Amino acid sequence: MPEIMHMTLSEVRKALADKTLGAAEVTEAALKRIEATEPKVRALISVQAEEARALAKSLDAQGPDASKPLWGVPLVVKDVLATKDVPTTCGSRILENFRPVYDATAVARLKDAGAILVGKANMDEFAMGSTTENSAYFATRNPWDLERVPGGSSGGSGATVAAGQCFGALGTDTGGSIRLPASFCGIVGLKPTYGRVSRFGMVAYGSSLDQIGPMTRSVEDAARMLQVIAGHDGRDSTSVDVPVPDYLAVLAEKGDLRGLTIGLPAEYWDKGLSSEVAEACGAAVKKCEELGAKAVPVQLKLSQYAIATYYIIAVAEASSNLARFDGVRYGHRTENPADLMDMYVKSRTEGFGDEVQRRIILGTYVLSSGYYDAYYRKAAQVRRLIRKDFEAALSQCDLLAGPVCPTTAFKVGEMTSDPLQMYLMDIFTISTNLAGLPGMSLPVGLGRETGMPIGLQLTGRAFDEARMLQAAHALEKSVPATGLATL
Amino acid sequence: MKISPEEVAKVAKLARLDLSQDKIGQYAEQLGGILDYMDKLAELDTADVEPMYTPVDHVSVMRDDVARKDYAREDILKNAPETDGAFFIVPRIV
Repeated sequence: MPEIMHMTLSEVRKALADKTLGAAEVTEAALKRIEATEPKVRALISVQAEEARALAKSLDAQGPDASKPLWGVPLVVKDVLATKDVPTTCGSRILENFRPVYDATAVARLKDAGAILVGKANMDEFAMGSTTENSAYFATRNPWDLERVPGGSSGGSGATVAAGQCFGALGTDTGGSIRLPASFCGIVGLKPTYGRVSRFGMVAYGSSLDQIGPMTRSVEDAARMLQVIAGHDGRDSTSVDVPVPDYLAVLAEKGDLRGLTIGLPAEYWDKGLSSEVAEACGAAVKKCEELGAKAVPVQLKLSQYAIATYYIIAVAEASSNLARFDGVRYGHRTENPADLMDMYVKSRTEGFGDEVQRRIILGTYVLSSGYYDAYYRKAAQVRRLIRKDFEAALSQCDLLAGPVCPTTAFKVGEMTSDPLQMYLMDIFTISTNLAGLPGMSLPVGLGRETGMPIGLQLTGRAFDEARMLQAAHALEKSVPATGLATL
Repeated sequence: MKISPEEVAKVAKLARLDLSQDKIGQYAEQLGGILDYMDKLAELDTADVEPMYTPVDHVSVMRDDVARKDYAREDILKNAPETDGAFFIVPRIV
């Protein structure tokens, strides 16, 4: 049998179900790997070692439960998701001592499925960033090269899975925050359709853009996690009550891509790609054709407006969402405030980091009287046009394919000085959130120049994650294996 | 410059943030650049376009108005910076 932490979630799940491995044994292996690699990678803000050990022990005492699809599997959750009695910091000082009294729905569903929470993943503060350097606690490093960033904002989730510390993680994606770190860390990352997964218990950044999704070492693993977390939840009025397909059955249906049409948006392939990204993604599309898919050119003409649209909407929603941090009910409160207003102002100023304050200011500005129509309303109008652009493209094909990012993971410190430059890294991922469509990153090989992982982005029709997963599953076996990072 | 330091200071006040003079200057410059970039949207004619505020259509979901007790008071107060055991305590207002 392979080293436990080299197994995929699907493999370890099977070994646990047939009692080849015990939950305690697997949990110990995860904790040992965390201890060995964490000083270098720094993927986790907190580790729930004792709670995990206790749960594993009680699971072993009861024996495997076939009704629990993740029975005994150690997982990590991004620290933006509420976990009952376990610190949930959002990567911010303002929530340093916050212990939620409830679980986010996605977390509760993982627990009900028998999963064991071993850690909370580091992230850019309030999910604002693309490198995970913007955590108030520490920066996470890329397990493939410790001098490089893991991507963000779910960089801790990406790094912990790539470093073999757990078998899967939950990330969140507002503008690419699952797909970018998945691409940079060489793992699978899936952002579901807006409304597919309940956002209850996720600390909100951009409420009309945010989605929770799985980050794993295989497509099958992602399908298994999505199966557990997907579905309507009465506690999130934006979660949609539509049937959730049996994703594993869909994966098993078909091993090739015959009958599938893949659209290649000219705007994603034409310019600005590093040669290694163009080469690896191009080779993956060729593989799709060899597997029977038809590749057709499509256009997403409004792509050039996506970043401006996204950052207006995201910061506007953020400034409103983050108004709740006022030092009254939870979170940081300044010492000895002069009066109530002084308490609000000082608590927030002391608690929020620089990028968060910048986005709150920008968001407040674009929503303020006199500018609302010119910025926020205008952006919401362009958003509808972008959605129509996608609908037109996806009427000519079943899936869109392109790179996740123009480059592989960049060096630590390269993107920190100019905020606009960092926003531009999200160029290929943010439109998907504006349109509310499902998207994923599939590792398609290592770059010829940097030796770093490269992700191919697939985008599907609304609520059609099944077809995207099926295609990715077929393609996964045909592209060069990325493997695990060696640490 | 697109946004003046005075405007940044005004917006900061609205957002309940206290920025140093240095930071106000720095943000004015950075936000000016970002807003210039955002002005790109003015190129598009959106006169007849209905704004899209969310990807889901069913924004008003109705449910029966039934009282429910999900959490105990002591649990909800657990994270409060200051409490008397029954209420959140804030500095004197009036």
